[in-house]
Amino acid sequence: MTKILAVDDSASMRQMVSFTLQGAGYEVVEACDGQEALNKAKQSQVDLVLSDVNMPVMDGIALIKQLRTLPNYKFTPILMLTTESAADKKTEGKAAGATGWIVKPFNPDQLLNTIKKVLG
Amino acid sequence: MSIDLSQFHQVFFEESFEGLQLMESSLLDLDCDNVDSETINAIFRAAHSIKGSSSTFGFTAVAEFTHVLETLLDQVREGSRQLTAEIVDLLLQSVDCLRNLLTGLQAGQTPDATHSRELIAAFNRILAVKPVAQGAGTQSATQAGKIDQPAKMEAGEAQGVTRWQIRFVPDSNILRTGNEPLRMFRELAELGELQCVASVDRLPDLNQLNPEECHLGWDISLTTAAPRSKIEEIFEWVADESDISIEAVDAIVPLATPQPDAEPAQRVSPSATLPEPMPDKVAPVSVGKEKEKESAKAESTSIRVSIEKIDSLVNLVGELVITQSMLGQLGTEFDMSKLTRLQEGLAQLEHNTRELQENVMRIRMLPISFTFSRFPRMVRDLSRQLGKKIELKLSGEQTELDKTVLEKIGDPLVHLVRNALDHGLETPEQRRAAGKSETGTITLHAYHQGGNIMIEIRDDGRGLNRQKIRAKAISNNLIGENDPLSDEQIQDLIFRPGFSTAEKVTDVSGRGVGMDVVRRNINELNGSIEVRSEEGIGSTFTIRLPLTLAILDGQLIQVGDQVYIVPLVSIVESLQPKLALVNRVAGGCDVFRLRNEYIPIIHLAEIFGIRPRNDNLEKSLLVVVETGTAKVALVVDDLLGQQQVVIKSMETNYRKVEGVSGATILGDGTVSLILDITDLVQMAGVHQQHKNGLRLVSSRAAQG
Repeated sequence: MTKILAVDDSASMRQMVSFTLQGAGYEVVEACDGQEALNKAKQSQVDLVLSDVNMPVMDGIALIKQLRTLPNYKFTPILMLTTESAADKKTEGKAAGATGWIVKPFNPDQLLNTIKKVLG
Repeated sequence: MSIDLSQFHQVFFEESFEGLQLMESSLLDLDCDNVDSETINAIFRAAHSIKGSSSTFGFTAVAEFTHVLETLLDQVREGSRQLTAEIVDLLLQSVDCLRNLLTGLQAGQTPDATHSRELIAAFNRILAVKPVAQGAGTQSATQAGKIDQPAKMEAGEAQGVTRWQIRFVPDSNILRTGNEPLRMFRELAELGELQCVASVDRLPDLNQLNPEECHLGWDISLTTAAPRSKIEEIFEWVADESDISIEAVDAIVPLATPQPDAEPAQRVSPSATLPEPMPDKVAPVSVGKEKEKESAKAESTSIRVSIEKIDSLVNLVGELVITQSMLGQLGTEFDMSKLTRLQEGLAQLEHNTRELQENVMRIRMLPISFTFSRFPRMVRDLSRQLGKKIELKLSGEQTELDKTVLEKIGDPLVHLVRNALDHGLETPEQRRAAGKSETGTITLHAYHQGGNIMIEIRDDGRGLNRQKIRAKAISNNLIGENDPLSDEQIQDLIFRPGFSTAEKVTDVSGRGVGMDVVRRNINELNGSIEVRSEEGIGSTFTIRLPLTLAILDGQLIQVGDQVYIVPLVSIVESLQPKLALVNRVAGGCDVFRLRNEYIPIIHLAEIFGIRPRNDNLEKSLLVVVETGTAKVALVVDDLLGQQQVVIKSMETNYRKVEGVSGATILGDGTVSLILDITDLVQMAGVHQQHKNGLRLVSSRAAQG
């Protein structure tokens, strides 16, 4: 089963993302900040990471950098969940090794379409 | 697919309120001259988070507002804007405004945006930019060339089939960002006929080849009816680092398109991770199985419980099951030789049950910081309004309290803190004159004491003026001119109904709610409040609250053949009355002289219409109980044990019964009623007026 790591400090966003992905048949691992996400990613291999950018403890950009240093996550798709206003975050994220981004607000359909494309 | 987003609303509201709380407390911590970056970051994150989720869940009014907030906070965070007291004030107002907006939305109302518009205007004046266009708050297109709403672009494009010539030379590091060129080709193939030719010009020698890098470029021919924007969208994530050109070759091409059998070079996969090259077998996106759930309209109040609490419950239930199976086994083949084991087993069961009970109670427990956290803001605003310098100290914020108690203690606490600010603490001038530091201190302190929660509200202000209280009580006919009263008794007068010493009613504390209401509210929670005060030094109000409303420490009393329960917290003392000390006053009420006080006597048997065991008052016992307003003595036949009782509501199981606050089941399985002392006092008053004559007779009979 394809496993997706969903990282967001907002519980409602996490729930929404998880519910959508699980409904589409994905296995979802949740984390509420970058550090927790990093730990969970190390514990078991995930096929895709969806991460918010602004988070306490460790933000999304730092998470992406850390993940890319792990041999298992060199090529794993990592998508940032950003808001439109954070344009420079996209550049920063790309430089850190992000695959791409999904712009908030997004609806479940947009989320799934993007993920399906990335996972092929 | 349609997923009903409203199922996430409850969580959204909860986290947004938490976020606002955090914003507020962080804002109060901010020092404009020395901005702590972690604090401002936390504020920014909270606003950002609310913005992101509110826009996702379609609460545009909230999203628009937080967008403006976020813009300003971002500037402060980056250091490009100096934080001023004015900005902090505005931000605090925004927190209030957002709270109102969210409360309205949670209740299903269309929120009134007047206040938020005013605030947005104020922010925009500070930002010195033109106000954003209506509704553009969350979706303002700030990025030229990026396509986020492709649907809009289609109008400008030709509707016919076009052949596009695309050249795509990605950065050699493209794979390290998880971007896979094959994925883009697959997407392109979904748009129409696709032909890919890889160019190997840049490919290094095999011995120098780094398999993690991509040195290929592609010439792509795509025949599609899709507009250019669709193609651009596919390359969106890599557009910046790659060399991409997209050109329309033919406006309309014949159906004979290039044959795909020309050995597409895309088979030369630069990555070993994706072996299958066939682009056209990408499954169409279809997730139509989602059931449409009716949104639960009724908002149920929920409580967030930490995983540890749940885990410890699961553990305990496990232990309980083990004990149960052990006892079960013992029961099937029991003889007296196994008595010790049975007793051990029962002791174990008792242990398990008690622990389980405690842990279940803990689930309803929340730290008192939920209530305390509103005070820094309140004190800040009020001290400005009153022109006083006040420092607020909070301690014991992690002390946990039942959720219901916590919710209900909020108002009494607010009242006490307001009082302390308004009446308790002096103005800076007065304090200086009294030889005190100009800044007054209010301390809120919570702690555990013997199964109770204690909350102290302490101020170092002027203290209670006993002469004034006494004079006021005399003029209000609460006490007689020459009544000998101890200092404590005088101080206690402030809790009497209709008592207020404030010379003028102020905006702050003169709201017509007196200390009597505070005491009544606390009594309703089975708690108590008392005051200690020293003139010129300050006052301390101490509130004692039970840990929970579900369990009560009770004194079992016998009246006739009935067993009732009196909340232990309300009992002052129990004694055997001497008839010589019982007097009848005008109006038919019996009073008992206890030291210097006259205490009305309530005959429980009479109120509940049962036959007492002893007709002679001297053979009965008096239980002196305290209500919010007065002490009364209950006549009972006997005092039984004290025990913790689980409160069952009468209203949910039967109906409201006068004089009874609930019921419980005793160890022997009988139901026992828990007395509501406040109610009883009122009932007795009414009762006595009706049965005046009868009562005198029966009292005389008892005496004789």
